[in-house]
Amino acid sequence: MSILVRNATRRFGDFTALDDVSVEIPSGSLTALLGPSGSGKSTLLRVIAGLERPDAGSVEIDGRDATSLPPQRRGVGFVFQHYAAFKHMTVRENVAFGLKVARRPKAEIRARVDELLELVQLPGLADRYPAQLSGGQRQRMALARSLATQPSVLLLDEPFGALDARVRKELRAWLRHLHDEVHVTTVFVTHDQEEAMEVADRIVVMNHGRVEQVGGPRDLYEHPANAFVMGFVGAVTRLGEHFIRPHDIEVRRQPNGTTSEAMVERLVHLGFEVRADLVLHDGQRLAAQLSRQDAEELELAQGQIVFVRPSRTRQFAEAPAG
Amino acid sequence: MDAVLDNLDTFRQGFITTLALTVVSTVLALVLGTLLAAMRVSPVPTLRAAGATYVEVVRNTPLTLVFFFAVFVLPQLDIRLSFFVFAVIAVTVYHAAFFCEAVRSGINAVGVGQAEAARSIGLTFTQSMRLVVLPQAFRTVVPPLINVVIALTKNTSIAAAFGVVELTAVATRLANANSDAVIAIFLGSAVCYLALTLPSGWLAGRLERRVAVAR
Repeated sequence: MSILVRNATRRFGDFTALDDVSVEIPSGSLTALLGPSGSGKSTLLRVIAGLERPDAGSVEIDGRDATSLPPQRRGVGFVFQHYAAFKHMTVRENVAFGLKVARRPKAEIRARVDELLELVQLPGLADRYPAQLSGGQRQRMALARSLATQPSVLLLDEPFGALDARVRKELRAWLRHLHDEVHVTTVFVTHDQEEAMEVADRIVVMNHGRVEQVGGPRDLYEHPANAFVMGFVGAVTRLGEHFIRPHDIEVRRQPNGTTSEAMVERLVHLGFEVRADLVLHDGQRLAAQLSRQDAEELELAQGQIVFVRPSRTRQFAEAPAG
Repeated sequence: MDAVLDNLDTFRQGFITTLALTVVSTVLALVLGTLLAAMRVSPVPTLRAAGATYVEVVRNTPLTLVFFFAVFVLPQLDIRLSFFVFAVIAVTVYHAAFFCEAVRSGINAVGVGQAEAARSIGLTFTQSMRLVVLPQAFRTVVPPLINVVIALTKNTSIAAAFGVVELTAVATRLANANSDAVIAIFLGSAVCYLALTLPSGWLAGRLERRVAVAR
């Protein structure tokens, strides 16, 4: 179901968490709210869920004004960074809880819980308590719990933020997979651009309580609207007014008139890629990204003098925010 | 010693009155205190203010004054009840404020995420309190709750001054009648109070260990 947020503002004392934010989230999409901490992304998610009331503005869910509805009447599922598992209940009781409170028939609850535990790959752990699960398992249980009441919208607040890197990677792919299966409109908050790029089909980039840009992962990377987005969705070096991606730097052994001299300060091997940290003659630093093959052909080594030229740069009208 | 043994039956009746006053007041005060605690964390500002005012006024008033109100002011409002019921009202009203604060600290320890998670899967505020937050809150507040129960047990002795013939009243009467056995009589009543409060302490210890396993 689609979500429409119009001119939402939320202040906490002197701090403006949301500053006149308007966002449309299409039905069935998997959208990431991406931004640094304090950018307002979690507040926006909580405003959609009804856990936070906006000081001004409105929220529509599926064409219905939900601005003054309490969370339990919005038809949303919410997944928290720290799971918020009900510690005094088993996994089965946790997942069944929303249905039990809604007084659904016992047989239906049983069937639905079994189906969900299968979906989140926890069928064998139904009778354990949350304390007996790993972080990744707890988060999958929390997901099953939020899906049990068949919400029209699934909201996740930094769902993988408390997990270690390997589990986080696994769960990302798994969430993507789950969305392909369940098709529920999903919004998740993250500060990790890689996570947003990998999982979402639409990304809302936020900063200082405002939306900087909305678009697909490729869109944002290739056509950033401003310096902030360019810097946030990928590595970037700034030379004067020019913003350069590390893979848009040509590295040569010989000068050709348009190149500048630079020294290789450090070489970092990252599997298929090699990153060369360069220092230009005027002391400016620049990171260049090359394939391993290119780096080998150039016989790059630390301390070596090379000649570089940006093959593609961007300029933005205004100075970068923040 | 003979003064105690000869009047065992009177002691027994005083003990039973104290026990009844303690049990009835504890149950009522715990219910009222939990309600007050729920009010103090509710999203409705008026309820929060009402809960806070109750606690601040009542817990800063001496229990004897609360008794005065129950025993002398309520009858003037044409509320006529037995001294025992007035005592139950006074003890309940007073200790509810302390139960409230103990339960509230437990609710705060549960964490706001639990209530929010309950809200987001469709529970109302009352349901999320009753089914998710309070069951977890009580686990963390067993020791402070038992402290209030023990204080309540001993505070019932103030009822002696307001017409209730409970343990302390019995001991005072017997002491007046048997001036040679005052020490024995008051030791006897102290033993009776210990018989009520010590099991509370043991119960607290046992509950705490059980809860520790379930957590």
